[in-house]
Amino acid sequence: MPMLDVAIAYNRYKFIGNEFLTWLWFSIDTNQQFFRTVDETITSLYLGNRIVLENSINDASEIITIKGDDAGLEEGLLSLRKGAVVIEMNLSYKTENQEWNFTLKGESLSFAGLKVPETGSVETKADIEGMVLEKAYLYEKAIELVNRLYHFFLKLRSSVEWNQKTVPDIKKWMQV
Amino acid sequence: MGILSSSVSITQYRVEGKLSEPILESIATGLKKNAVEEIDNESSDKAIGWTCFNNPFSTDFNQSPFIIGTHLVFSMRIDKKIIPSKIVQKHYTLEMTKRLEKSGQEFLSKTEKKEIKDHVIHLLNLRIPATPNIYDLIWNYESHTLWFFSNLKGANEELETLFTRSFKLKLIRLFPYTMATLASPLSDVEKDAVSQFTPTRFTE
Repeated sequence: MPMLDVAIAYNRYKFIGNEFLTWLWFSIDTNQQFFRTVDETITSLYLGNRIVLENSINDASEIITIKGDDAGLEEGLLSLRKGAVVIEMNLSYKTENQEWNFTLKGESLSFAGLKVPETGSVETKADIEGMVLEKAYLYEKAIELVNRLYHFFLKLRSSVEWNQKTVPDIKKWMQV
Repeated sequence: MGILSSSVSITQYRVEGKLSEPILESIATGLKKNAVEEIDNESSDKAIGWTCFNNPFSTDFNQSPFIIGTHLVFSMRIDKKIIPSKIVQKHYTLEMTKRLEKSGQEFLSKTEKKEIKDHVIHLLNLRIPATPNIYDLIWNYESHTLWFFSNLKGANEELETLFTRSFKLKLIRLFPYTMATLASPLSDVEKDAVSQFTPTRFTE
């Protein structure tokens, strides 16, 4: 496959990341069990305290930012019904006794404000190495989760199921 | 913000290509050749290069090893001198007055003015210390992955240039399209399908 210029590819396909976040919100709301198939240590994945949506009508674009605990549900759904897509989302990822929190941007799928479970304190040089390893492991857990979810989404998105089942289901969910 | 901060930003990268054996030696050479240079008391206004993780004002990679477990861990440092424009303006005006008095001219030509401005900036750069910004990274050579601990556009662009120059490897930023086509387990048919995607309409 010919490789597109990076800047062109970034802009042309950022809608895929936004759709991924929209689908993720739908999955969070309707199918928590599904996450177990992607990460067997997960106990829950929830919206955090911030969600940002964008509604592009003709050439104008409207950005809607919703903040606060239990962010977004009502107003966000209303925006979705008006044709908006999620462009940024704060997530809380929990396993049995640990919690991660981070914000994903649809266009880049980069992590911002990533907070991982507490690690021990650093006193010696050897502690620093141990801490880096522990942190790297914890970062990887969140990164892997997102990568796997995204890969699952891509498979679904490129299958016939997307248009036949998922899109109608998402439309129904938006109307509830 | 770095690896040990309580809250971090991460941009994922894929590293393509192979280093010549022995790998660790190639990396050490790349790091040392492109280590950040001190520019305090120099006329340069910007320096970009590698530095040791957790010891960002040392570039002695023998003292601070860059391998932790199976990870390669080091930092990029960008030193920049920021001279407030009002300071430049002040010294420029003073210097122009001096020049006019000395030469007895009434006006200075465009070239002379530019010459004075460059000279003033050169002198100020010698006196002003650079402000350092440090960005950590974790590189996993075997899995071709690299995590850069910043989402800042400028820092990411500098990283891409510095990394390629240092190791002669291709560093590809991962975002929805590149993640799908270069770093996913999708089949070729599915990857082709991704290229053909058009936005879904969730409303009628």
